Amino acid sequence: MRRALQTLTAMTVLTLASPVLAQGTLRIGMTASDIPLTTGQPDQGGEGQRFMGFTLYDALVAWDLTRSDKPSGLIPGLATGWSVDANDKTKWTFRIREGVKFHDGSTLTADAVVWNFDKLLKSDAPQFDQRQASQGRSRIPAVASYRAVDPLTLEIITRAPDATLPYQLAWIGISSPAQWEKKGRNWQEVAKEPSGTGPWKLAGFTPRERAELVPNKDHWDKTRIPKLDKLILIPLPEPNARTAALRSGQVDWIEAPAPDAVPTLKSNGFQIVTNVYPHNWTWHFSSAEGSPWNDVRVRKAANLAVDREGLKELLGGLMVPAEGFMPPGHQWFGKPTFKLKRDLAEAKKLLAEAGYGPNKPLQTKILISPSGSGQMQPLPMNEFIQQNLAEAGIKIDFEVVEWNTLINIWRAGAKHESSRGATGMNYSYFIQDPFTGFIRHLQCNLQPPAGTNWGHYCDKEMESLFDQIRTTFDAEAQNKVLEKVHEKYVNEALFLMVTHDVNARAMSPKVKGFVQAQNWFQNFSSISMAP
Amino acid sequence: MLSYILKRLALTIPVAFGVSIVCFMLVHIAPGDPLTSVLPPDASAQLQAEMRKLYGFDRPLPVQYGLWVLKTLQGDLGVSIATGRPVASELGKALGNTLMLAVLATMIGFLFGSLFGFVAGYFRDSWIDRLASFVSIIGVSVPHYWLGMVLVIIFSVQLNWLPATGAGPGGSAEWAWDWVHVRHLILPAVTMSVIPMGIIARTVRALVAEILSQEFVSGLRAKGLLDFGVFRHVVKNAAPTALAVMGLQLGYLLGGSILIETVFSWPGTGFLLGQAIFQRDLPLLQGTILVLAMFFVALNLIVDIVQSMLDPRVQRA
Repeated sequence: MRRALQTLTAMTVLTLASPVLAQGTLRIGMTASDIPLTTGQPDQGGEGQRFMGFTLYDALVAWDLTRSDKPSGLIPGLATGWSVDANDKTKWTFRIREGVKFHDGSTLTADAVVWNFDKLLKSDAPQFDQRQASQGRSRIPAVASYRAVDPLTLEIITRAPDATLPYQLAWIGISSPAQWEKKGRNWQEVAKEPSGTGPWKLAGFTPRERAELVPNKDHWDKTRIPKLDKLILIPLPEPNARTAALRSGQVDWIEAPAPDAVPTLKSNGFQIVTNVYPHNWTWHFSSAEGSPWNDVRVRKAANLAVDREGLKELLGGLMVPAEGFMPPGHQWFGKPTFKLKRDLAEAKKLLAEAGYGPNKPLQTKILISPSGSGQMQPLPMNEFIQQNLAEAGIKIDFEVVEWNTLINIWRAGAKHESSRGATGMNYSYFIQDPFTGFIRHLQCNLQPPAGTNWGHYCDKEMESLFDQIRTTFDAEAQNKVLEKVHEKYVNEALFLMVTHDVNARAMSPKVKGFVQAQNWFQNFSSISMAP
Repeated sequence: MLSYILKRLALTIPVAFGVSIVCFMLVHIAPGDPLTSVLPPDASAQLQAEMRKLYGFDRPLPVQYGLWVLKTLQGDLGVSIATGRPVASELGKALGNTLMLAVLATMIGFLFGSLFGFVAGYFRDSWIDRLASFVSIIGVSVPHYWLGMVLVIIFSVQLNWLPATGAGPGGSAEWAWDWVHVRHLILPAVTMSVIPMGIIARTVRALVAEILSQEFVSGLRAKGLLDFGVFRHVVKNAAPTALAVMGLQLGYLLGGSILIETVFSWPGTGFLLGQAIFQRDLPLLQGTILVLAMFFVALNLIVDIVQSMLDPRVQRA
């Protein structure tokens, strides 16, 4: 009897304890060289937002990161819904989620959201923070004014009708005004103990060395309460050091393993997780006077000359060959009629029609970089493409410039002297929303220095489509317009569309439950560690 | 003596001034925009201009230099553009980490370098000499970042004896003198020690060979001293030079090694410099280079003064 009671007691204890059993600690080696800014608008690009943005913070509008088999779409975040005024398309109303608590225990209200906009946009506000503003301001260009109508209703007025506003707001993490007050109105102090509403709380960090995150068990979305006990982020910018750290068991997960280490990592039982995501690797063509790419036949010929399957082999399979500007299967892909395949005969024919041939070869200059964020392996890849194009009769000279210099040239535009007469540049793009995906590359009024339409492209039909994107407020109808834009991008071969990266990560077999969304950002709440 | 020290100190001022100009100009003539690390790539031209003004990059270079020197003289090295943290605090922690690594590497280098040097010099032209010389030549010639990678593959990846990266478990927070932390120090220190080891071994070998050819050694042998006794005298005579070389090597290693610290993700001055270069973080870059350069200026000053104390002929020269 006593034995039976003991067994029963042990079973009861085990059963009761199981939901709170330790799910382990996950240690991630990031490519960033420092812990991203912790106060709400992280630096360190997409990676910063991935690890220190949507972990500690929520935005009014969120990305659905639960699926790996389809592109992510927008879902309600701290706003349960939003609508645009039927008569005034610049007036938006956001309904704020009730009962949401910041990590410090204070309550989210529309006033807190207004306070956060002031933090980024109103330089004379006491809470204005230049470091966060420099990250966040350029993400919400449409916002003209905002006010709290009542504690749970927020009104935003845009500069012009702009249906892309929800995409813009998905960048803005909402931090706690109460915590800022508590920390003596000092952002440096808040950075040490930040407070958002996200599924993770910052337990502490040492600059350049590590950050420790623990679950926010009171998160408003119960499906996003982390299963892990702890998430440790370690900056490991050097790819070989990152790979060695994983192989020696110092970390459980690394971002972007060195491509040549992938086969041995696989053979040693590590998981290599990849998925297509909104990234592309292109040559951005110049439309400046004298550019050979002004002729659609030349653009198409170059696109038909690229051996994308050969390139995939070169990269050990870690790429998705481009079928368009957006990755294959993307909701805005549409049905372009121009197919991106290797067809040298057709390429030569098109070049001949454009007036080029063996006696008059096409020769032009392209700017490339030896490395850079998102640039994959630019030197071997560009040399491979150079060889491909040479086979079709296009002779490419490269002007190799350092990555940060290339970014500055990209901002300055193809007509600027810093472009050194180049008619194209190899640039990889974050293409997650309508603005970053399409508009910023080709809108007339975004020609440098006003924006990043590097090639000075300007086309009436495209302008009209961009206007439609901004004025189509129904999501489905807007997607149809975006499909048309993409079809035009591909059918007119406006870029040399080469490949999409696959966001490779390597992880220990102990890491369970990770779903790699087709997105730059990821959800870490579903992960657990096997014993 | 005092006048010599004062003269030497006075001479340091124009040297320090020259060093500061070189530091400042070098980082400014390098390509790239320092604001790249703090702004998204597609930040508007207006925002870029505002930020340029905020950080003072819109001012003429001589003005920027003047302001920087003034602040530096007051002990303010500025604020890192990329992190917003004071350069002095970033640098302070990194210097501590590099110091730890450099001292241990120098000790390992000195211990093994002296051992190989004495043995090789004492048993000149024997197989022991050849073996010790071979090891020391390898030490001087092998690219140390390559050696670091090889050591990581063997001891971290294959044998799993020592950690591959960082200064503590799970990324380091605070250093502690316990085995958990110290094991992180071993591979980078051993990698870093091969160069001083090679140099010290070569120097000591030549020194021992020269001492052995001196008359007092024959005298010692004639007195009937055994080999061990003679060896002890040789060591005593060679030690000051070996120590001087060790001091110089420590000086070099304190500058940090960008390559070794990058390979091992060791958070020292070399790693910091590497990151500052990639991020075009001008205040951090200028501050780090300046402090390291001034360290060498101070080291040279100390060496000159100590030398003049030991050998007054130096003052006359």
